[in-house]
Amino acid sequence: MNQREIIDFHEGWKFMQNGITKLKSILEGAAETHFTSEEHIMLYTTIYNMCTQKPPHDYSQQLYDKYKESFHEYITSSVLPSLKERHDEFMLRELVRRWQNHQVMARWLSRFFFYLDRYFISRRSLPPLMEVGLTCFRELVYQEVKVKVRDAVISLIDREREGEQIDRALLKNVLDIFVEIGNGLMDFYEKDFEDAMLKDTGAYYSRKASNWIVDDSCPDYMLKAENCLRREKERVSHYLHSSSETKLLEKVQHELLFVYATQLLEKEQSGCHALLMDEKVEDLSRMYRLFSKISGGLEPVSNTFKQHVTAEGSALVKQAEDAVSQKKTDKKDVVGVQEQVFVRKVIDLHDKFMAYVNNCFLNHTLFHKALKDAFEVFCNKGVAGSSNAELLATFCDNILKKGGSEKLSDEAIEETLEKVVKLLAYIGDKDLFAEFYRKKLARRLLFNKSANDDHERSILTKLKQQCGGQFTSKMEGMVTDLTLARENQTHFEEYLNNNPTANPGIDLTVTVLTTGFWPSYKSFDLNLPVEMVKCIEVFKEFYETKTKHRKLTWIYSFGTCNVNGKFESKTIELVVTTHQAAALLLFNTSNRLSYQEIMAQLNLSDEDVVRLLHSLSCAKYKILNKEPSTKVISPNDVFEFNGKFTDKMRHIKIHLPPGDEKKKVIEDVDKDRRYAIDASIIRIMKSRKVLGYQQLVSECVEQLSRMFKPDVKAIKKRIEDLITRDYLERDKDNANLFKYLA
Amino acid sequence: MPRSSSRKGTTNLKESGNSPVMDLFRGGSSKASSKDTGRHDQLFYTYANHSSDMIDPDGIVSLCSDLGVDHTDVRILMLAWTMQAEKQGYFTLHCCVNAFSWQDEWRRGLKELRADSLSKLQKAVLDLDNKVRKSSSFPDFYSFAFRYCLTEEKQKCIDTESICILLDLVLGCQFRAQVDALTQYLKQQTDYKVINMDQWNAFYRFCNEINFSTFENYDPDLAWPLILDNFVDWMRLKRDKA
Repeated sequence: MNQREIIDFHEGWKFMQNGITKLKSILEGAAETHFTSEEHIMLYTTIYNMCTQKPPHDYSQQLYDKYKESFHEYITSSVLPSLKERHDEFMLRELVRRWQNHQVMARWLSRFFFYLDRYFISRRSLPPLMEVGLTCFRELVYQEVKVKVRDAVISLIDREREGEQIDRALLKNVLDIFVEIGNGLMDFYEKDFEDAMLKDTGAYYSRKASNWIVDDSCPDYMLKAENCLRREKERVSHYLHSSSETKLLEKVQHELLFVYATQLLEKEQSGCHALLMDEKVEDLSRMYRLFSKISGGLEPVSNTFKQHVTAEGSALVKQAEDAVSQKKTDKKDVVGVQEQVFVRKVIDLHDKFMAYVNNCFLNHTLFHKALKDAFEVFCNKGVAGSSNAELLATFCDNILKKGGSEKLSDEAIEETLEKVVKLLAYIGDKDLFAEFYRKKLARRLLFNKSANDDHERSILTKLKQQCGGQFTSKMEGMVTDLTLARENQTHFEEYLNNNPTANPGIDLTVTVLTTGFWPSYKSFDLNLPVEMVKCIEVFKEFYETKTKHRKLTWIYSFGTCNVNGKFESKTIELVVTTHQAAALLLFNTSNRLSYQEIMAQLNLSDEDVVRLLHSLSCAKYKILNKEPSTKVISPNDVFEFNGKFTDKMRHIKIHLPPGDEKKKVIEDVDKDRRYAIDASIIRIMKSRKVLGYQQLVSECVEQLSRMFKPDVKAIKKRIEDLITRDYLERDKDNANLFKYLA
Repeated sequence: MPRSSSRKGTTNLKESGNSPVMDLFRGGSSKASSKDTGRHDQLFYTYANHSSDMIDPDGIVSLCSDLGVDHTDVRILMLAWTMQAEKQGYFTLHCCVNAFSWQDEWRRGLKELRADSLSKLQKAVLDLDNKVRKSSSFPDFYSFAFRYCLTEEKQKCIDTESICILLDLVLGCQFRAQVDALTQYLKQQTDYKVINMDQWNAFYRFCNEINFSTFENYDPDLAWPLILDNFVDWMRLKRDKA
């Protein structure tokens, strides 16, 4: 048959209606029927025909309307009533079922009415069939029940929070509806569900928190908080939409942590401070994890940390001070064992708290800074009159000198040196440390007391890395000087061999030092014994053959002498300093000498004479007898050669303790600082030409901060001095402005 | 007696019309008539030492007595300033004696004062105190006072004792309380044995700018000389104790 028969609308629709009815019964689960391919094709073709018939028989519009009506009818007659009569979980289940049914229905109907999708909807700019179906469901079902559904879901969530087992798959399906109903937009999910859910969550945790904060200790609370956060996260993965995660967690964090942050941290027995005191590493780690999530959460924690470290450090200082004050007063100026113990403890403290920063606080900059600030506070306090700079230098000296730390392995020594250098970073007066270190290095080098050359070089490398080349250049020069001195000595010995008449008859070793590298020493015009005078002359002659442009200044206080003491029972070789030797040799000509006579003959200061006579008459080896035989040297004493002295050894060293270097070091450093400040001011003014006072001061402080913290008054004084010396002038109109005078 | 134009050991003085002294005596004619010069010279030689061509301390003393002004009076210093006299003056502990050396200075000064006779000079000098103190050139006079007392060639500072006298002379009228307090402080402190020009200038600024009863506007973080920082601390301590 070529020509199709016109299908009358009512006829055609009746046919379709049957199909739809069948579909409905399949959905209702009534019959186990399904559509055969033939039925499918028939239904499709009916629509096709009715749409392609010539007008007035083209029924596209009516069919489109009827399509829509079908949903309306089904929903209002079956779906809504069934939903309305159910509640809570049952309602949710019914909803899910009806939604799934609806999707099946929409899918099938769309297939039947498919032809409309192909041309009709685009021609009339109408929504496609699936969308129509969705909209129907949304308008008629969703909007009707959404509030009830939402509340049911939320109450299930709260029940799960209280520990009940709930049907997660059901919730997932329900919430999928909220998502899918938007057809690509999340608006419905967010406005109709998420907002209320978040509000409810907030209220829920707020209630919980207000109870927990009262009842629980800080660690317990934190544990609960951490668990809650974990569970909420799981909730998202189980049934909430992933976009809810951030908002949900933020809400929980806000209620549990942000609101109660201060109370939590400041809890008396269990807050941040207490945890630090009790070294609860795990709890502190948890605290870090939790508080890093809320804004401004870590600042109070790092502050408490800083206070704690400062307190611990200050306690160490006090401990050391107390220990020192119990010592006898005559040893007050010497840096003793207690101070060394203090340094060791500070190193250990640093290790301990650095571990906290690395492990508990995951290397966060706030905590690094807190540690640094804390150490800077108590590391600049000093102990019993000795600055930390001096203590550190003495500590290094003890490690590096012979007999200092021979029990430690090389690695242990390296490690300790490394840590000491790190501590130096916290000390403001680095230049003071450098000067003390240099003084002690000089002693080690000149008296051959250095234990290990490698360690000496190693610490210099570390210091250089930390403080720059300028810091260590002089020290390195000192070490090099010694090497050169040995070479020089070889040449000197050759010279003596080649000039036998020049030989002074005494074995002489001379170490020539480059003035700029070594600490400055007061050189006294010690009256040398005759025997030694010749030595000096010979060396001078020799040195002039090498260079005529240099002046030699002799520092006898650092010389060593081997002197044979011909005592009654036996001759003993005494290893003494040049000063001691000069004193002893006086007794070659006179058996008895008074203090005054000795001082006059030697031409030394009281301080030096007292020290040296003490070492020879009141210490371990009494080479001289003293009248009266008290333990203290007084200007009225008389000394006599002790012929009866003896010892089982044939070779003994008579120790001469060094004088008080502290005062001189501080003086020298102060002088250097004045020069440094001058140089800095001039440098700044030279480049800026005109600069305000406050800016000048702050730039000066910054420039010098690598080495020391200059006192603002000191800078002011230097500026005034420079004005007097015509380097700067004050501006005529603005008293706070300075100009550079070329 | 014609004067030779060469001078010994003096540095250049301002001769231009912009000198603050000229500001003080506005509109002085720049050309002196020979009649005036003659009278100035006459007056000069009344007191000058003929062999050295300068008015030496003795001459000053007699000039002062003729003027009816004590030679320690500040107006003599002001006169010296008017003459833009070189740093020939010197202060001892008890008296301030100036020496006016060169005739040019004398001429300049008298020209400024429009005085060609002793009586006119006397009138002008008696009035100087008022005039100088009220004028806007006072700061220049103040600095001049310091410079005038530097007797040695490379001298840049004046000992504290003399500074106290000078302060009293120059600022005593206007700033009695400050001068007394400063004097007391300077005499008992040991940090500074001499005062330089910069510090001297700062004293004047201090008197003018700082509220002396409270010191509330004194800020040691500004570029005030350290000696004033110490002075303020000392004053505060004293007042706290009282």
